[in-house]
Amino acid sequence: MDVLWEALKFIGRNGQVDGVPQLPSLLHLTLEHLRISAIGVALSAAIAVPLGVWLGHLRRGSFLAITVGNVGRALPSLAVLAIGVALLGLGLANVEVALVVLAAPPLLTNAYVAVAGVDREVVDAARGLGMTGFEVVRKVELPLALPLLFAGLRTATLLVIATATITALTGYSGGLGDVIANETSYRLSGVLGGAICVAVLALAVDGLLVLAQRMLTPRGLRLASPGTAAARGRDGV
Amino acid sequence: MTTLAASAPVIPDFGAGGTGHGETCEQANRLFCGHWFTENWDGVLWPALRQHVALTLIAVAIGFAISMTLALAAHRRPALEAPIGGVASVLYTIPSLALFELLVPIHGLGLSRTTAEVALVSYTLLILFRNILAGLRGVPEEVREAARGMGMSQREVLLRVELPLALPAIVAGLRIATVTVISLATVASFVDDEGLGTPIFQAIGNDVFKTELIAAGGLAVALAIAADALLVGAERLLSPWARVHARSR
Repeated sequence: MDVLWEALKFIGRNGQVDGVPQLPSLLHLTLEHLRISAIGVALSAAIAVPLGVWLGHLRRGSFLAITVGNVGRALPSLAVLAIGVALLGLGLANVEVALVVLAAPPLLTNAYVAVAGVDREVVDAARGLGMTGFEVVRKVELPLALPLLFAGLRTATLLVIATATITALTGYSGGLGDVIANETSYRLSGVLGGAICVAVLALAVDGLLVLAQRMLTPRGLRLASPGTAAARGRDGV
Repeated sequence: MTTLAASAPVIPDFGAGGTGHGETCEQANRLFCGHWFTENWDGVLWPALRQHVALTLIAVAIGFAISMTLALAAHRRPALEAPIGGVASVLYTIPSLALFELLVPIHGLGLSRTTAEVALVSYTLLILFRNILAGLRGVPEEVREAARGMGMSQREVLLRVELPLALPAIVAGLRIATVTVISLATVASFVDDEGLGTPIFQAIGNDVFKTELIAAGGLAVALAIAADALLVGAERLLSPWARVHARSR
């Protein structure tokens, strides 16, 4: 338990270790970790969500959307990073490519399943009211798809935060993984402190996404919205 | 932190150059040297692959036993679902490298296979618990009543009706849990020198040895996809009605 106390003191000192000069502050590393993760999530969402929503709207390409999701889920993050290092070399570019490769599949599959799963009669009713295809997507399908879309976003975000930690093991320095991977400078207490920070960061971001989802879900749907965590574990999602 | 495994590969002196023999593929550090791959298959890659499979099987088996017990408890007492699910969700949310590292100071764990397995098992819990429970709850009430009407005891209903009907959902959970563990087991080499993560970490030392990265990374990807495909097959086999349904659509 002494180590745990030391780890908390390490966090309290903002990531400084006695006798080791000029370590980056823990706050800086946390923000950097968030920045790397945010770029990764934003890039993959920009690619995967519109594609998934579009395919779901057309109710076509289910094989593509589901298969990409299944294969993507199977990809080991460290392996993707390692192969990326061989192909692209060390650096932010490789990290972000790996993050997109890992985060895009759950986003694509969830977006597809969410939109394609919207009750057909509801869509027909919207068409009957004279809505255009775009209006159907914006006013009917997206609001109804929101819980599952967010489930995908949460899965992808967690994956990205965890993978951004591992990048330190593949030689890219920047995030909180630096602390965890560098026991020589940080000692066990520092490593433990870094691990606590990453865990808290992941839980906090996940909590924020749950809140955002609640706020964005139309009032009428809130009562009926299924648990997102359950959707996360569902096959094909 | 990383100690070298007994099966440490001899990483070729690719950076040095100027040996006078003319550059080999390894020295030039080309993308993939087939020669190195075949030469190190028996000594490095095959043992790592086998360890990886063992790590995965042990974690999934233990995780399954724990989750099944918890799911059966929550099935009988629904009040248990929220606390069990909550704890499992928190464990699932903690990034892998952090969780491995958080376990190291615990007495009796340290840098060992046990530490790796404890973390890997904890990642399977949420997936398996939810899937088993969903499978058991998905059994139609009429079926359950009919079974009771035939004079089956609660235990018989569970063993002969509920579990068989829940099997497809359970296998679906096993599939997700297995690929998740295969992925995380690569990171486990950080606390336990086993599995395909070990050659990956060794190839990223002071320099980057591309062939080993691609070989070990590729093997991990291939293993995950093969396991996934195998379990999809099992899933299909166990739920023939889903196939009929898909065909009729």
